[in-house]
Amino acid sequence: MFRYTKGTLVKEILMWIVAVIMLLPFYLLINTALKTSADAIGTPAFQPATNPTFNSFVEIFQSGGSGNIFVGLFNSIVITGGAVIGLIIFGGATAYVLTRRLSRLSTTLYYLVLVGIVVPAQLGLVPLYIGARAIGLLGSPVGMAVIYTAMLMPLAVFLYGGFVRALPTEYEEAATIDGASPFRTYWQVVFPLLAPATGTISIMTGIIVWNDFFTPLIFLNGSTAATLPVVVYSYVGSLVTNWNNIFAVLIVALIPITVLYLIMQKRFIQGFSGGLKS
Amino acid sequence: MTHTQDTSLDSRGTARVESGRKSGLRPRKPLVRYGSWWWAIPGLLAVLSVHYVATSIGGAYAFTDFKGIGSFNWIGFDNFVKIVGDKKVFGSIGNTIFLAISFLIITNVVGLIFALALNRGIKSRYILRTLLFLPVVLSPLAVSYIFRFIFQVDGPFNSVLGAIGLESWQRPWLADPTWAIFTILAVMVWQNIGMAMIIYLAGLATVPIEIEEAAAIDGASAWQRFRHITFPLIQPAVAISTTLALTTGLRVFDQVQGMTRGGPFGATDTLSTVIYRETFANSHFGYGAALSLIFTVIVIAAAALQLFITRDRNAAAARKK
Repeated sequence: MFRYTKGTLVKEILMWIVAVIMLLPFYLLINTALKTSADAIGTPAFQPATNPTFNSFVEIFQSGGSGNIFVGLFNSIVITGGAVIGLIIFGGATAYVLTRRLSRLSTTLYYLVLVGIVVPAQLGLVPLYIGARAIGLLGSPVGMAVIYTAMLMPLAVFLYGGFVRALPTEYEEAATIDGASPFRTYWQVVFPLLAPATGTISIMTGIIVWNDFFTPLIFLNGSTAATLPVVVYSYVGSLVTNWNNIFAVLIVALIPITVLYLIMQKRFIQGFSGGLKS
Repeated sequence: MTHTQDTSLDSRGTARVESGRKSGLRPRKPLVRYGSWWWAIPGLLAVLSVHYVATSIGGAYAFTDFKGIGSFNWIGFDNFVKIVGDKKVFGSIGNTIFLAISFLIITNVVGLIFALALNRGIKSRYILRTLLFLPVVLSPLAVSYIFRFIFQVDGPFNSVLGAIGLESWQRPWLADPTWAIFTILAVMVWQNIGMAMIIYLAGLATVPIEIEEAAAIDGASAWQRFRHITFPLIQPAVAISTTLALTTGLRVFDQVQGMTRGGPFGATDTLSTVIYRETFANSHFGYGAALSLIFTVIVIAAAALQLFITRDRNAAAARKK
């Protein structure tokens, strides 16, 4: 019915033009990072680097102090990884229990959790800061991972919940008849079936935590647990207009999350469509 | 075997609610136990402490003169009275609402067009989807640095304008009181189109191709098919994408802080940047909390209005019957 026509070809070419224009900033980012400091200012931005050099990458890794990229990278990986794992384990279990049980209480609790998606973080930030300091979560990557897990829990419960609702109960019934305990039923039967939702949640929350600037700026500024965005922010402030070095830092910061996205992207769209059917 | 399992269900309390409600009747026992209720406790406690308790305490600060350390006094509505007299705040509320609404409309319209184009037909659609989503993966802070470079006075954007004969359009985009906010809007849109596109693609994947084919055979034009078949069927995607865009737009902080810090002369200040400055840079915790409270009310009201407008009318109608 819908065959590949001349119109489709025109559409295809148009979309490629759009994509190229939209990705021009990426070209400028990489191109400028490969230039020398003099070329980055002296030559036109679109002109390809004449002598591509990784000097700016070497420079940023050698600089110590607050601009220590490795520490930021390590902290960001621990915090993002911890939060994503926490959200998958606790978000999945919470969403499963709240959406599978059809009592009035669990349904009410489910919607009360969802309200958290729209409540802005700003209002609770100061009390959260004081509370986290009181129980010793402040200044450590693990504590930060716990805080992010709690902050993003409503989003994870929402995405898992939509998916669980669309899942037929026959799987659990079969597992129960075969004698599996509720825990085994969830962990070995239901959870693998939720893989698309898990993919969506890993990418979405992973991107949010990895890129978040506001929360760590307040919670981790000046501490040794600063994440990449905070390191980048303070680092850029000290560089003024050394664009090649600034862009080298940005490239280092975006590589891990881009790799995560490319690995998980297949599951990403599927997870959304599960959530949309609810 | 099954019998013992059923009794254990009762003793664990799962079926008790059911049997209590229908006392006298034979209690209806669920065949399967869907996990244990305590599995939800860590998640619920996390949400309760961060989204309810912390937010409520933050709301209470709005009525104090708390400075971040030391004791504080309850001062009633003084902070709010001060806000009403603060012209800067009104400007920032205007900027926030302008950014949020324009961002919502442009991102969703363009995202939907991209999704429709890449839904099927085009051979390289998978690679195009991946490429167009890439800006979403970047951190808003990184994006604002890249665009600060692009929109410099002697930067690439102005040189492109010069090259295509639009010298008169060249300007210091981020330092121009009129154009700075549009520049920020453009950057926000650039970064988030991919997100809207992915959500709409997920919605379009749920539209059965047979219905569209049937309509095409009956002579419906492409626009008619979209208006009367596709669009109603992707209502859930519209609701999610617009709500997400609205809350993202209202909360915008990183791009403003990274590109202009609210300048020039407050022309790009948003509620988030004003709250940040008052609370953390100036240590006016009480005043900042009052601003945050107003901000929270605006965001929740907007989200509720949004959900009301984009609610699934078919489902609502079905429920009424």
